[in-house]
Amino acid sequence: MLLITCPWCGPRDETEYHYGGQAHVPHPENPGELTDEQWAAYVFYRDNPKGPFAERWMHSIGCRRWFNVLRDTATHEVLTSYRLDEPRPGGNR
Amino acid sequence: MTAQPLPEHPDFLWRTPEPRSSYDVVIVGAGGHGLATAYYLAKNHGITNIAVLEKGWLAGGNMARNTTIIRSNYLWDESAAIYEHALKLWERLPEELDYDFLFSQRGVLNLAHTLQDVREGVRRANANRLNGVDAQWLEPDEVAKVCPILNVSPRTRYPVLGATFQPRAGIAKHDHVAWALARRADELGVDLIQGCEVTGFLKDGDRVVGVETNRGRIHAGRVGLAAAGHSSVLAERAGVRLPVQSHPLQALVSELHEPVHPTVVMSNHVHVYVSQAHKGELVMGAGVDSYNGYGQRGSFHVIERQMAAAVELFPVFARAHVLRTWGGIVDVTPDASPIIGRTPVENLYVNCGWGTGGFKATPAVGWTFAHTLATGEPHPLNAPFALERFTTGALIDEHGAAAVAH
Ligand SMILES: Cc1cc2nc3c(=O)[nH]c(=O)nc-3n(C[C@H](O)[C@H](O)[C@H](O)COP(=O)(O)OP(=O)(O)OC[C@H]3O[C@@H](n4cnc5c(N)ncnc54)[C@H](O)[C@@H]3O)c2cc1C
Ligand SMILES: [Zn+2]
Repeated sequence: MLLITCPWCGPRDETEYHYGGQAHVPHPENPGELTDEQWAAYVFYRDNPKGPFAERWMHSIGCRRWFNVLRDTATHEVLTSYRLDEPRPGGNR
Repeated sequence: MTAQPLPEHPDFLWRTPEPRSSYDVVIVGAGGHGLATAYYLAKNHGITNIAVLEKGWLAGGNMARNTTIIRSNYLWDESAAIYEHALKLWERLPEELDYDFLFSQRGVLNLAHTLQDVREGVRRANANRLNGVDAQWLEPDEVAKVCPILNVSPRTRYPVLGATFQPRAGIAKHDHVAWALARRADELGVDLIQGCEVTGFLKDGDRVVGVETNRGRIHAGRVGLAAAGHSSVLAERAGVRLPVQSHPLQALVSELHEPVHPTVVMSNHVHVYVSQAHKGELVMGAGVDSYNGYGQRGSFHVIERQMAAAVELFPVFARAHVLRTWGGIVDVTPDASPIIGRTPVENLYVNCGWGTGGFKATPAVGWTFAHTLATGEPHPLNAPFALERFTTGALIDEHGAAAVAH
């Protein structure tokens, strides 16, 4: 069981949250101009690193707000959490 | 049902050769998929200058961790075709490999607990029959006849409203399947090399010409990836991006019991699946943990929920003890169907994305992936499962439809 810190409510059990996959995936700026390959990349392709991963979580049975978590997918260590309008800590998107 | 004795272990099964500097085909990953691919490359295509490279020990990945359920009751034509091909191969493999790996066709029930489940189940049973797959729709009293220990009372939280039944489905002893394939592949001249991790690729322009390993460089005419949960990590080193996400998937077993459970029961809605192993353990699984992970363990609440579901469905299990839990890493695609075929890099082929259900496909993976590696072209059965489908949009969407939530 992961212990995840909601930026608004503090540390809570994983069961209070809903997982939302990779963070920092911007909607295409000019959707009408995308090729099929670019659409595929946006819709279907996500990073899948073995190591630190910036991902979205929602505090579904708490404040119901989305936020980002930096977590190591190999060790399950939750490195930090931050608001959606904040950049990924340590750079790299 | 009576307990079957376990097969005797043969004295030795395969050689442990040193890696040579070059092979016609290098397969990465000695799980069931890699081993079956090597076996059929040798048997069907006469290609025997092959190495299967395994970073750990032979079949110690998901092959050793799965709940061994074999069935072919998938909804879509493309899926039914490849899983049914696998089931037909399973039916003759023990004799062909001369190894009794306890393939037991005890049938599978996929339970329905809501009106939508009922409609989906009836539709899938009809689709299966149109595809030549044995399938029936059973009412609750008929379900109880197949599996008398199942609670079909209308007074439970999610009553059993019926089930699909595939009589030819079943289980097999997974380790023995791997050893049977390994022995035959070895006899045909395939080098099975354990403790050999692929760390990178040798390239000549946009072509792969071999692999880098912790035991040196190995040149290869063609390279086939069969690395299950680590497919994307590996493919990235060759410059190929795969639309897969790796998730922990857990299973557990109880202590040994007398034979009480005659079939395989799966429930999508309350989410547990249960069978009884040949020795007597109750074997249970459920869905993946929601988050990405490579840690080979998952969250306790997932196990808690699957046990609650199991006890409601099988009150007789209420006093069973959990003996052991474990996790594997499975790679899941956006449409819950596998990817088998070419990659944008020449001579590099991929078999991945089997998610929670690739054990049952093992012989068909070997058959079709071997064809692709031998000819450079897809087999008709794996052609629809090409990587390009995520660009063309010709998805094979088995989410939910596959009679299991992924
Ligand atoms: C808990 C659980 C229950 C499951 N239940 C079922 C079920 O009931 N029915 C079903 O059909 N399927 C089931 N599955 C899914 C099934 O186990 C997998 O889809 C299938 O085993 C994948 O193919 P494989 O056997 O080749 O994978 P694996 O056995 O995982 O083989 C991949 C191999 O690649 C090796 N490898 C990875 N990276 C490298 C590298 N860089 N260099 C060298 N080697 C490498 C790994 O060590 C591993 O041995 C289950 C899976 C799990 C985890
Ligand atoms: Zn909160």
